[in-house]
Parts: sequence; structure tokens; C-alpha cells
Amino acid sequence: MTAQRLFYRSLKPILISGTIGTTLFLQGCGISDAPVLFPKGPIALAQRDLLFTAFGLMMIVAIPAIFLTFYFVWRYRRSNQGVSYTPDWEGSWKIETVVWLVPAAIIVVLGTLVWDSTHNLDPYKELAADKPAFRVQAVALDWKWLFIYPELGFASVNELAFPQDRPLSIEITSDTVMNSLMIPALGGQIYAMAGMRTEMNLLASEPGVFNGRNTMFSGDGFSDQHFKAHAMSEADFTTWKKKVSESSGVLDAKYYLDLHAQSTANPVTYYSSYEPGLFDLILRKYAPVMGPYESEAAELICRGAA
Amino acid sequence: MLGRLTVEAIPLYSWVAMGGALVTLGGGLAVFLLITYLRAWKVLWTDWMTSVDHKKIGIMYVVLALVMLVRGFVDALMMRAQQAIALNSEGYLPPEHFEQIFSSHGTIMIFFVAMPFLTGLINIIVPQQIGARDVAFPFLNSVSLWLTAAGAGLVLVSLVIGKFSTAGWTGYPPYSGIEYNPGVGVDYWIWALAVSGIGSTLSGINFIVTIVKNRCPGMTYMRMPLFTWTTLCISVLIAFAFPALTVVAVQLALDRTLGFHFFTNGDGGNMMMFANLLWIWGHPEVYILVLPAFGIFSEVVATFSRKRLFGYKSLVYATACIAILSFTVWLHHFFTMGSSANVNAVFGIATMIIAVPTGVKIFDWLFTMYRGRIEFHPAMVYTIGFMVTFVIGGVTGVLLALPPADYLMHNSTFLVAHFHNMLIPGALFGYFAGLNYWFPKAFGFKLNAKWGIRSFWFWLIGFYLAFMPLYVLGFMGMSRRMEHYADPNWQPYLIVAAIGALCVLCGIACIGIQLYVSAKNWGSARDVTGDPWNGRTLEWATSSPPAAYNFAIVPEVRDVDAFHDMKIQGTAYQSPLQYEDIVMPKSSGIGPILGALAFVLGFAMVWYIWWLAALCLVLCLVCAGVRACDDNSDFVIPASEVARLENARLAQITPADMHDMRDFMPRGAASGSVLQGRV
Repeated sequence: MTAQRLFYRSLKPILISGTIGTTLFLQGCGISDAPVLFPKGPIALAQRDLLFTAFGLMMIVAIPAIFLTFYFVWRYRRSNQGVSYTPDWEGSWKIETVVWLVPAAIIVVLGTLVWDSTHNLDPYKELAADKPAFRVQAVALDWKWLFIYPELGFASVNELAFPQDRPLSIEITSDTVMNSLMIPALGGQIYAMAGMRTEMNLLASEPGVFNGRNTMFSGDGFSDQHFKAHAMSEADFTTWKKKVSESSGVLDAKYYLDLHAQSTANPVTYYSSYEPGLFDLILRKYAPVMGPYESEAAELICRGAA
Repeated sequence: MLGRLTVEAIPLYSWVAMGGALVTLGGGLAVFLLITYLRAWKVLWTDWMTSVDHKKIGIMYVVLALVMLVRGFVDALMMRAQQAIALNSEGYLPPEHFEQIFSSHGTIMIFFVAMPFLTGLINIIVPQQIGARDVAFPFLNSVSLWLTAAGAGLVLVSLVIGKFSTAGWTGYPPYSGIEYNPGVGVDYWIWALAVSGIGSTLSGINFIVTIVKNRCPGMTYMRMPLFTWTTLCISVLIAFAFPALTVVAVQLALDRTLGFHFFTNGDGGNMMMFANLLWIWGHPEVYILVLPAFGIFSEVVATFSRKRLFGYKSLVYATACIAILSFTVWLHHFFTMGSSANVNAVFGIATMIIAVPTGVKIFDWLFTMYRGRIEFHPAMVYTIGFMVTFVIGGVTGVLLALPPADYLMHNSTFLVAHFHNMLIPGALFGYFAGLNYWFPKAFGFKLNAKWGIRSFWFWLIGFYLAFMPLYVLGFMGMSRRMEHYADPNWQPYLIVAAIGALCVLCGIACIGIQLYVSAKNWGSARDVTGDPWNGRTLEWATSSPPAAYNFAIVPEVRDVDAFHDMKIQGTAYQSPLQYEDIVMPKSSGIGPILGALAFVLGFAMVWYIWWLAALCLVLCLVCAGVRACDDNSDFVIPASEVARLENARLAQITPADMHDMRDFMPRGAASGSVLQGRV
């Protein structure tokens, strides 16, 4: 059996080079700043812990399965004629019971975990905190993110800032194709869809700058459709507010039409004011009811004509 | 006259695209010239293209799958190369081209590699496993094949004339709508899916009827081999799931060509409907691809452990459970769409429940090896590689089934790694195992085992190198489908993944070499008995390759391992007292003609050549009418001819060719050869 020998002979070099390669590789590039593994907020932390718990639970089945595969393959190889051989053995109630019930029991545990965690970590759920949530409206555009701050009366493109000690509550929609808003270090992700409003509640446990992006492929500028999310201390946030409110940009309906045009890798831009009710007007744009429009701005945004 | 087809459809916009077009054209031309040089057109037409023999149709399906595998893998290599170099740069592919490549990679691998590969293996084997002479509707089978080929043809042509879709293999609107994607790409995708989808639906129906109606005497449901069981289950899935895909593709086509508003942003359209309908097909599709591979693993593990399959009933019930549950979990593909916690939790739990029967299967295969005599045939080696690797994929799948964890991992490379972890070891390794296992049945000689083992190692190591880094990159926040990126920490992982893809390339090359070497030395690896591996199920009772009618005398089955039982009882290789006339279906040119018409119809729809589309549609109906009026579709193989073929076959078999069955007897009960054949 030449193939058999080839199989045996290839095992050793493959195992050795694999082990050496993996070790070198893992030393070479640490993953210490992987946002999913080392989150910066309680929501992402809870999501990650759930990941780890479920992973650990499944090892109860996965490790025996993998170990037994190697062990049985080795022990019951044809050349090992000394071991017992039962060619007509077709089943065992004991083993069947174990292999059905143990995974089933794990799934019962995991199932309750799913039920509780899905409710606890529902992105729509407002977070309990001493201070009220900081509300932001996010609009997906080709290929940038517009953030509107209704509390503060200004808006920004491709930069999100919020006070670190308050929960962040984001209302999301899209004025283009389907997008998905995600800030991995704080927790993940919900779709942005035109004419629809989704919501995500997050919390940062420390000040910091985190990557955020659209994760749903949306066209040519998709790769560059990312932004920085700044969780700021009170002092920093006051400075930032001042900077934005003193900026010269004004996001009225007419300017919004320019912003709405496709563009790639937009620089961070601030607008000291925006068209009142802009977020709702963008939602209204795709509503199945047609005019009459309540204002000129509404008509501009909904019909896109200048 | 030509709709929107103009000279501009020629891909002069980039050298890479032009290169792809030239390679496709060159390949087509080379095949054309080769066939002409060999003067093989007539043989090809009369013996193969017009054949309604399920074994030949199966072989053509597998050939289509292997050709498209190379095409789809070139896409994969190009993507890996792009991402390996595109740190803060455009790499060598502009976004628009990169998008076409990931879209065509997914579309080709699912619809034109996995589907034809499994349909081909099913075609070759299932009728033989149930003791049937052909499928229930042989002509329909030919139509299915040529519709699938027509769909594949549309994808190939998009490389030369026009562009392919940029909307990914799932084609989510509104991005795939006319407003955001006005070119022909999405239309190519739609019509390739619609045409081949009809073919798949017909195949599904064909195999339901075949398995329900054409089983030989004694072949009760609980004596059907596992591969036949999984085929029955997936045929039911195909018949119920594929119509959803066809409908959703046609709805998108109506949106795009006639200005409907099923899925548009405004005017009452709703993209969420598309996601639901697509995945109501898409999730069963995962099991349509994986379950036949599970069937193959079940056959292989029993044969090469030299043991009865452990927990046959358990495996059957597990398969049926998976098939039913597969319709209850589609929403887990979009937990992040904003459903309520109740909805997400229910679908999350339903998804996890599937892990139970799947886990049971793994353990049943494990205990089939327990106290066996394992031989490391390439098919068995692929099975072992699958068992270990698939467990990892199952674990990551359950992680993604937790909605809150999915919020973190959705749309990331973790997801990409997960579904490749299911489909490469779970489906493709199974098909490769099937290829190595059943090749002698189809061609009469064995594949070279050395190159089989080599291909396995390259595939396995290549798989780990290519996809383990993608799991890590998911944790690092990398989204799928990125043409370039700015995080330098990602690049080393992407380089390793590219090396993995090169490794897989070697694996594919090994399979090519394996086929070449085996074909060259076919005389020394001939399978005289029709049973090269001491197999257990009924397909090994026929000759290799089988006669057109498979079984001269319809066998009678007493056991799950029907042929094993016959060998033990000494009833194998017996000639009957007399043969009878056998009625078989005639070849028909209408199958390939319908395929060609469907191809032109799709092409005309893509380019808005309305008169041509209408003409093709009418001609399709004419063909169907002509066939329906043909009452002379069968022919008779006289008993004398059957007797001649069978006697010639049995005369070739010497006792030395037969397997020693003493090992299988109860300890101490047997002495001497148990096998008393006619010879």
C-alpha cells in the first residue's frame, strides 16, 4: 500500500513545520489590539464574554470529538492487527444516548444563554446609567457617515464624538443602499436601511478613539467608508463642541444634496448647523406617501432636485 | 436590433479584465480545436451530449464542476493576491474589478461547482445504490444538466462580453437594483441563477421520484444506503427551496427591467423581503451542499473501516432532522437587521439545535472507526480531514448563532472563514472523497492513490493557512469584501492567507496530475470485478463502468449493506437462469438544444434584445411540444445482447480478483473462502 505509506511518511514533517510556523507567526504579530477580543465598553465586553462562554461550553463536545478522531484513526489503523475488531457491530444504545443527550444538554444551556443574552444585549435597549443617554443620529451615505447631534444642533461627517460618561444612543438610517454601522471596540452592529430607522445603544468604559465603519458592502468607496469614534472626557468634549459649533460649514437642504452625491474617502467635516428635522426628512424621502411637501427643504431632500 | 449590446461591451477597461477575457476565449478555442483535431464532434454529440444515461449525465456534471472549480479558484487567488498587497494602496485591481471577482467567485463556487459536483455524483451513484436501471425521468435529467451548463455559460460569457455583477453572490438590493447598478452585471447574475435554478429544481423532483418509485425489491426506506438517504432529503430541500430563489431572482429582474418596486428603496419596495426570500432558499442550500457529502463520508468510513456503519438509524434520523430544521433558521443570516430580541433569540436557538444532529453524525462516524481496520485510501483520508476540521467550523457556527456575538462578527472575515470552514471540508472534501471512491465505478479503473493523498495534504494545509488567519482578522475588525485597507496589523495575516491559497492551487494541480497519471496508466489499475474497495452497498454489484442498464437482473436486497450481504451469502457474481429484454430510454438532442436556447434567452434578456428573447422562448415551447408528442422514446436491448454482455463480464472475473470475506465472519466460524461465485 504505497498510498498508506505516503500518508504515514507525510505526517511527521507536516506536524513539525506546522508547529514551528504557527509559533513564529503568533510571536510575530500580536493581536493585543484586536477590538473584539479586547473591547473598550461593557456592551462589547458582554458580547465577547458570551463568545468565550459559548466557546468553552462547546469544547465539552469538540475536544473529545477531535481527540477521538486522532485516537481511533491511530489505534484502529489496518496495520495494528492486535486490537479488537467487530465488523458487524452496528450500534449501541448507551453510546447513542450519550451522543444525542450530551450535545442536547449543551444546547439547552446555550439556548437559555441565547434567550437571556439576546434580550439583555438587544441593541434597542436603553442602557441604565446615572446620566441620560447622549443621542446621535447617523445617516449612511455613499461612501461616508453623517452624524447629526440633535442635542447640540450641529453635525459632522466621518467623525463621531460623545462624552464618555454617558451612554451613546444612535438612531440609524441610510440615504443610499443597505449599510451596517459598527464600532467593534464598543459593540456591534446594526443595518442602516433607507426609509427605516434602526437603533443601537453603546457605552464606552474609558475615553479613547475607536475605529468605526460600514461593514456591509455598498459599492466602490466601501473600503474607505470608515470613521473614528471619540469617547471624550468632559473637558475634551467641551473643546470639541466649541470647535464644531464655530466651524463655517452649514448643512442646509441645498448643501445636503451636494453631500449626498457619491464621494470616496471624505475628510472629517464639521457643520455648525443643519436643516431642522434633517433625519426625519431623509426618512420621509423613501416613504410610500407622496407630497405635498411641508417645506421647500423637504421637497429638495425628498425629490433631490435643486 | 442588438439592445444595449455595443462594441463597448468588450472589456478594454483594464488589462486584467482583458486578460481574463482572452484566457476564456483561448480556452474555449483550444477545446474546440482539440475536439475538431480528434474528430470527436460526432462521438461527443451522439454518445455524450444527447445521452440520457444517468451515468454519462453524471460524468458531464462532474466535468463541468471541475472546469468551473478552476475558474472560481482563479478568482480566489486574485482576491488573496489583492488583499495581500493592498495595504494603503489600490493593489493591482480597481474596486470595480475586485467586486466582480468576489461576486463571481461566490456565484461560481455555489452554483456551478458545488451544485453540479453533487448532482453529478448523485446521478452516477444513486440509481445504482437503489438497484434501478435509470432515474425516473431520464430526459428531464438531460434537460437539468443542460440548463445548469447554460447558467455556467452565462457566467463565463460575462467575462468576455460586458461585466459580471458587483453586488456579491447574494446580490442584496437596493445595491443590486437598477438605480445603483445600471450595467449588465447583475442581469448576468440573475439569469445565470434563474436558468440553472430551474435545472436544479427539476433535478430535485427527478430524484425524489426516482428514490420513492424506483427502488428494487427489498430495498425498504430503512435499507437505503446513507448517500441515497441524504440525496432524498436534499432533493426535497431542492424542490421546496429553489423555487424561492427563482422567484426572488425574477422579482429582482422585474425591478430592474420593467420598473417594478419589489425591493427598491422608495415607492413601497422593501429590501428586507429580498433578504428573507433569498435566505429561505439560502439556508437550506447550505444543507443541500453539505448533506450529500455527509452521505459520501458515511459510505467511505464504513467501507474503509471494514465495518458496518455505526448507528445507521441514528444517522438517518439526524439527516432528516437537519433537513427539516434547515427551513427554520434563515433569519440568522441577518440578526443585525433590527428584529426584536424575541425573534432573534428564537432563530438563534433553532440554529443551535441543528448542531445536535450534526454532532451525532460526527460521533456515529467516529464509532464506525472504533474497532475497525482503517485503510488510508484518499477517500478515507479526506473523510478524516473533514471530521477534524468540520468540528472547528461547527463551533464557530454556533458562536455566530448567538445573536449578540453575531453583532460583533457579522459581515467580518470571521464569517467568511466560518462558511468556508463548512463548505470546503464539509462539502468539497466530501465530493473529492466521492471522486476518489466512485471514479472506478464510472470509468472502470482506479485513480492514482499517491496523488490523491498529495492533493489532500495540500488542500488541508492550504485550507488552514487560508482561513485560520481570516478568523483572527475578524476579531481584529476586518470586514469582508475590502478592496484595500489601512491597518498594517492585518497584512501579515492576509499574506499567510495568500500562501494558503497557493497551497490549495497545488492541491488542485495534484488532482489534475492524479487524473492524468491515472488515465495514462489505466490498464494497470483496472477494476475487473466492479468492486475495487470491497464495498458494501449495491452500486458495487454492477460492472465498472456499468452497462447501460446497470443491472441485468433487478437485484433483491435483504440488508442495509446489500452487496456486502450478497458477498457473504455467496450470491454475488451469479448468472441467472435466463436474461430478459430490457427497455431503455433513447438519446435525445432536445436536452442540449433546450440548454442552448436557455443560454441565448438569458443572454438576450441581459442585453435587452427582446425579439431574440421572445424567439428563444417560443422555440423552447416548440421543443417541449415536439418532445411531448414523441411516443417513440424507448428502445429494447434484447435478452441475447444482455446475456452476451453479462457473460463476457463474468468470464473476466477470476477468484483471485474477489475479496476475501473471511475477516467479516464471526470469529472462528469461517475457514476457506466464503465467496463462492459462479466462476
